[in-house]
Amino acid sequence: MVKKLTPADILIRMAFFLIALYVLFPFFLVVINVFRSANDIVANPVSTTGMSFTKLTKNLTSVVNNSNFSFWSAFGTSALITVLSIFFLALFGGMAAWVICRNKTKWSMFIYMVFITSMIIPFQVVMLPLISTFRDVGKFLGIQMLQSFPGIIFAYLGFGGAMTVFILTGFIKTVPYELEEAASIDGCSPEGTYFRIIFPLLKPPVVTVTILNGMWIWNDYLLPSLMLGHNGKVKTLPVAVQAFVGSYVKQWDLILTAALLAIIPMIILFIFAQKQIMGGLVDGAIKS
Amino acid sequence: MEDGRSANKAMSQALLLIGILSTLTALILDFTGSRLFFRGELLLAGIIVFFAGLYLFPTKKHHRTIVNIIFLFPLLFCFVVTVIIPFGLGLFYSTTDWNGIRMTEFVGIGNYLNMFNEAGFLWSLLLTVMFVIVNMVLVNVIGLGLAVLCTSKMKAVGFFRAAFFIPNLIGGIVLGYIWQFIFNNVVLKWTFDTFEYNSSLLSKYNTGFLAIILVYIWQYAGYIMMIYITGLTTVPSDVIEASAIDGATAVQTFFRIKLPMIASTITVCTFLTLQSAFKQFDVNMALTNGTGSVNFMGQYLSNGTQMLALNIYNTAITKNNYAMGQAKAVLFFIILSIVSVIQVRISNKREVEM
Repeated sequence: MVKKLTPADILIRMAFFLIALYVLFPFFLVVINVFRSANDIVANPVSTTGMSFTKLTKNLTSVVNNSNFSFWSAFGTSALITVLSIFFLALFGGMAAWVICRNKTKWSMFIYMVFITSMIIPFQVVMLPLISTFRDVGKFLGIQMLQSFPGIIFAYLGFGGAMTVFILTGFIKTVPYELEEAASIDGCSPEGTYFRIIFPLLKPPVVTVTILNGMWIWNDYLLPSLMLGHNGKVKTLPVAVQAFVGSYVKQWDLILTAALLAIIPMIILFIFAQKQIMGGLVDGAIKS
Repeated sequence: MEDGRSANKAMSQALLLIGILSTLTALILDFTGSRLFFRGELLLAGIIVFFAGLYLFPTKKHHRTIVNIIFLFPLLFCFVVTVIIPFGLGLFYSTTDWNGIRMTEFVGIGNYLNMFNEAGFLWSLLLTVMFVIVNMVLVNVIGLGLAVLCTSKMKAVGFFRAAFFIPNLIGGIVLGYIWQFIFNNVVLKWTFDTFEYNSSLLSKYNTGFLAIILVYIWQYAGYIMMIYITGLTTVPSDVIEASAIDGATAVQTFFRIKLPMIASTITVCTFLTLQSAFKQFDVNMALTNGTGSVNFMGQYLSNGTQMLALNIYNTAITKNNYAMGQAKAVLFFIILSIVSVIQVRISNKREVEM
């Protein structure tokens, strides 16, 4: 039996189609225009005339080798900062959340409350003193905090800490305490109990926080632009795109190629981990 | 067994001693103004060795406490140094004439009074409030609409969900430039061909503002949609079946049954949009960078599309007026915390009712 399409169904389908067109149109424009030259793009931005692979390779090589953009270096920087930050956030965040959750002392409650209330603090209110503190303390102690990998990872651990602890604490509360008692009776040390028994159980919330932190850190612009600077050697992808656009005003063939290069890693990741990413972001939103 | 313990004890004490000594040496070097290149490494190594010694310290009674301290320390330390200390300093600096490096005198609430005499800032504040209100309504209505579409029984719903969600994966800077291209080329060409109107929408403050709203919805509605989908799927199907048996139309079912049952999701999404729209920075910067001339309070302003977060950034970084930028940021924080308090009140009230 073939179901008949009611007018409502047809309307819904058309709505879907139009919205999808609106949502995907910018990506379509980027993809067609990286195959074209600047003159063709200015003449008619929504057209396929003059598309060729030689132009794509020309655009790609001039963008990738550009000294303002230097794609591989920026990609490597972004990847390194993101991966190390999310790894240490999951590791230290889990450890801290476990201690906070399993100690019903005044201190642990206080630390937890400070973490939770700090989530209201917008980045704008700490960014200026943060940079000056990092500059002064770094100079005083002889540890370079600005324009360095350890410095920015340290900052991400600080800014991502509250949300990570919040989500992980919520999960650890649901893990039965009897498991830990049993381990302790069997002679397991507290650190052993955490790493052998609790941490393996934390996989679902750790996936959630890793996705939330990863998306935020990969796309973040303000913190790296302030801490690493636009002219420094160390640049993340968003900062590199910004620096590139600033120096190549109106060269849309190159700018769109740079934009495409900045987008592609995220899209590839999304194709492989679509369920986890969509679920993780929604979980994080509902819990906080 | 005894040998092991005493060896452990000796090891622990040695490590503690080395750790304390190297930390102290590094600090002495710092305070005497030495510029030895390895003093930073010495300090870090000293702290790590000290904690290693603490961990190995042979005690049954206090071992749990030591583990607690070691587990809590790394994250808490980063958090205090990057959030708490700068936050306190920021509150303090906002009452001084701080220039980003040093301060010379207190100005009390001078910065706070001055910013309300600044027409450009008041305009940014007004623009941000309008942006927040418009988006709270539009993003939620569109997000909910998309969620309803995406929960209907249709083929390829999964594809559409993913497609609507994709803009949310990309950073504001990159998609801001993509949309700048669209407005300055595609839309400009179209308006020129049809109306012979030869200036970009982004150059006017009103159309530029609409453009930011359009891009923001484009980026954010897919994300809000996903949360509404989660909410809608929790509505029990027997309730919907019962209403269908009672002869309710699809529209009635939606407004009378589904909507009241996802009230808490609506609260979550409304406040999520509110917070995110209020903090909007990346798209604002990449799309118009706040430009656009406007007449406001008898003054000619050039920052017609500049919202609060960008205004703070430009005041401090571009105009080099750090103390004023910091004072504006503190106000920004105060507004956000009021919003959060209201949010907590509302969700608590709802939980009591349920």
